Amino acid sequence: LDSRLPLVIFLHALTPAAARDEFQEELVIRPLHSGDIYASFQFRTLWDTDFLQEGQKVSHYRLFPKSLGQVLSKFSVRELHISFSQGFWRTMQWGQPFIPSPPGAELWVWFHDTVSDVDGNWKELTNVLSGIFCASLNFIDLTNTVQPSASFKPLGLGNATDHRFLRYATLPREIVCTENLTPWKKLLPCGSKAGLAVLMKSEKLFHSSFHSQAVHIRPICQDEQCSSKAWELRQTLNVVFDLHTSGQGKKEWSLFKMFSRTLTEACPLASSSKVYVDITDNPELFELSPATPLLGQAVVLGDRRTYSVYDLSRAETFGQLRSFNLLLRDMLRPLLHAERYVAGFGLQTGEIHTVIYNNHPYRAFPVLLMDSVPWYLQLYIHTLTVTSKSRDNKPSYIHYQPAKDRHRPHLLEMLIQLPPHSMTEVTVQFERALLKWTEYTPDPNHGFYVGSSVVSALVPSMVAMRTNFTQDQPLFSSFVPVKEESSYFVRVYTEPLLVNLPTPDFSMPYNVICLTCTVVAVGYGSFYNLLTRTFQVDEPSPPLSKRLANLIRRIRGVPLLT
Amino acid sequence: MAAPLTLLLIVAVTIRAVLFRSSWAELISERVEVVSPLNAWKRVVEGLALLDLGVSPYSGDVFHETPFMIYLFHFVVDYAEIVFMIADGITAVALYLSIQTYNKNVFRKQKYALESDRYPADCLELLRSPKEMFYIPLKVAMFYLLNPFTILSCVAKSTCGLNNAIIALFILCTLKGSALLSGILLALATYQSIYPLTLFAPALLFFLQRLYIPVNLRRSSFWFFTLQYAFIYVGSLVVITGLSFFLLGSWDFIPSVYGFIFSVPDLTPNIGLFWYFFAEMFEHFRLFFICVFQINVFFYTIPLSIKLKEHPVFLIFMQIAIISIFKSYPTVGDVALYMAFLPAWSHLYRFLRNIFLVSCVLLACSALFPVLWHLWIYAGSANSNFYYAITLLFNFGQILLVSDYFYAYLRREHHLTHGLYLKKKDGTEATLVLK
Repeated sequence: LDSRLPLVIFLHALTPAAARDEFQEELVIRPLHSGDIYASFQFRTLWDTDFLQEGQKVSHYRLFPKSLGQVLSKFSVRELHISFSQGFWRTMQWGQPFIPSPPGAELWVWFHDTVSDVDGNWKELTNVLSGIFCASLNFIDLTNTVQPSASFKPLGLGNATDHRFLRYATLPREIVCTENLTPWKKLLPCGSKAGLAVLMKSEKLFHSSFHSQAVHIRPICQDEQCSSKAWELRQTLNVVFDLHTSGQGKKEWSLFKMFSRTLTEACPLASSSKVYVDITDNPELFELSPATPLLGQAVVLGDRRTYSVYDLSRAETFGQLRSFNLLLRDMLRPLLHAERYVAGFGLQTGEIHTVIYNNHPYRAFPVLLMDSVPWYLQLYIHTLTVTSKSRDNKPSYIHYQPAKDRHRPHLLEMLIQLPPHSMTEVTVQFERALLKWTEYTPDPNHGFYVGSSVVSALVPSMVAMRTNFTQDQPLFSSFVPVKEESSYFVRVYTEPLLVNLPTPDFSMPYNVICLTCTVVAVGYGSFYNLLTRTFQVDEPSPPLSKRLANLIRRIRGVPLLT
Repeated sequence: MAAPLTLLLIVAVTIRAVLFRSSWAELISERVEVVSPLNAWKRVVEGLALLDLGVSPYSGDVFHETPFMIYLFHFVVDYAEIVFMIADGITAVALYLSIQTYNKNVFRKQKYALESDRYPADCLELLRSPKEMFYIPLKVAMFYLLNPFTILSCVAKSTCGLNNAIIALFILCTLKGSALLSGILLALATYQSIYPLTLFAPALLFFLQRLYIPVNLRRSSFWFFTLQYAFIYVGSLVVITGLSFFLLGSWDFIPSVYGFIFSVPDLTPNIGLFWYFFAEMFEHFRLFFICVFQINVFFYTIPLSIKLKEHPVFLIFMQIAIISIFKSYPTVGDVALYMAFLPAWSHLYRFLRNIFLVSCVLLACSALFPVLWHLWIYAGSANSNFYYAITLLFNFGQILLVSDYFYAYLRREHHLTHGLYLKKKDGTEATLVLK
């Protein structure tokens, strides 16, 4: 150990002082007015170093990706902006994005003013970037490159504004897919293993209305006087999830629903890891859980907006389950509503589930549920179960009239007490009957309809109502007579059901009659033979000549041959 | 012979108990081959639940059991599994004792016939020895208890097991010679499902044979006994039906049970011939074909009775088989009952013509039933024709089986009167044909 110590000191003296770099990650979630949701990821790496310094080659990379650093040095790039987008940003429906981008691929680069052959550098740069991002950026050549004179001024430091050093190209035809996302994710310090990047699963990200990933590299000032410069690498990913495609039509979003993952930890290499949720339009728009006391305000795009902030570097954000799943729920909640569906598989049996929701926070009230099920779905009333909050809830009144085949349907009426703020599920099993072939509709595989269930209830009202009848009430408030002051009558209809029944083969009536009667006739024939005939020894019949001779002899009256 | 029988009962009960406790029990009780709308356990539970709700079980179309079943299961519904296992045990023991009695009768008659030299010289090998007949009752009990059809029927808690028990007890009482008990049990069996009505003729013939009354329509002794027996039978039937009326206070059960059996409104698939036939029937022919198919079950009684008037026990077997094949809602439990008798006719083996083919057909069809049902109802890749085809084949196999045994029985009787090795007029070996 003693002999190696001078060597260690010598090596330590040779390496330059370690450059300071810093990594921040953030996610902004903004529910949009159309019911869609906009999520924007930004990963920023800030590095105190100078790629363009002559003679000194940067070789020790920590948080900054080496491939991009080498690109910057080799091609003397001052600013690099590249974006890949799928879909078109609909400004009228969604507002303004944080980081705008055109559909397809877009690349614009400011070269350093020491570059002599900008076009040559541009060509090589596009080829190298095409390899890094697995995109066909090599299609960028002089035929689709321009040098804008006023539009794309440098976004970072830089006083040279000679537009000969700017190159801008777009490939609108470029398609973005998982092969582009994977190398983009690899550029992050934590990769896709920790922090916010674990949410980036391509099955969900590409099943969206708009998806855009970008890399922006520029030099910036570290402080107000600009005494020291640093390189900033921002990787951004903007995605808009559609209400109907990803949201199943329900204005209820969560991290799990959007990305099929939840957050378990912040990136250990990040100095700050935060999630922002835009709550400027609340509390009318949505309800946010888990609740957070942290609030932030920011002026974005000329508008002052308020955000709920979740700090992922604090352990209590993840709660007991070590998992952070944000939940945004629509505030519109009617006090009483019901759904109905058929469960089970196959054409023999099934189960009708009726789910009734009581959304009143503290009042329980009874509802009357009426079900009329056609006779060809034979209900089994002994399988009727009513559960509320996973406990048995026995109805106080049941009226059941079973069906008579081809005469009348089932009628089931029940009075159920709904506990406050709960979901009550009523299930009953049924068996499907095989009908006569003439009783099927012309399109039997469409299925048979079961009428809606009717839920009738007196719902407690927030507002006292007048019971006396006045003439000057508008029509829409005077349909149902008001008998009580504190509750109003409401009737909720569930969905009708479409149930498939087993079908016979409709082309077969004649064949079936023939075949079945054949089998019955085989039985009849065998029994007839055994019953009417007796066993006899089989004497072979005499040959034709002998029979003819016997016939003649019989006519003559002469004894017969044997 | 009590010890092997007890061992057999223990083995049978163990198998059923193991299956009751496994997850297969629920699967089996849903199978349409094992349960039908008439005897499914689910419907019994449903009927009892309707009764609890205050609604008559017969007001809907889900419950088709007789009030006797309501009365019985009202008390023992919690011990249903034990009840069905006991029923199977009763059936097995009743069949055991009845076949034992029958064998004794057969041997005694054979002895008298031998002593009076009624058999031709060369058919001594056709005669039956006690050694050969010793294990037959045990085999009969085994054929019933260990038959997979019976086990499935018991595990599914199909009330067919109870009906089989009543019919087996009826056979035992008939063979033991008690006309009163036989009449009462036959009335109970008829009350449960109408078709055992046809067993009146073989029972009557057996008693006439036992009491040495010749079957001659001109003799008054014949009519005297017939009217006595008919009176016992009809009287018990009336009494049982009247008691059922008083249970629920209405005659609703008659259209629900007997009207249902005769008019076949429910077309749930089963192993019989009725369901698909009436699913594809033209509406204006429906009544005609219902009558034809129902008459088909009953009208073999008279011709068979005339042909087999000296062999009433074989006639009972034939009648039970015909009922199982041609009834409106057959299940495998009905098939198991007549199959239990087959060891009693094991001496006919040499005259059976198609037994290999028939057993292969029945085995293959039993295996294919669940497969094609699954393909039609669950996989959706087959349609009802596949299941229907197997139904046809299964019934065809059963018909062949029964007619084969009938042929063998008649042939043996012919040989016993005319000799085993028959010769033609010119002395060469003869073949026997039905002419």
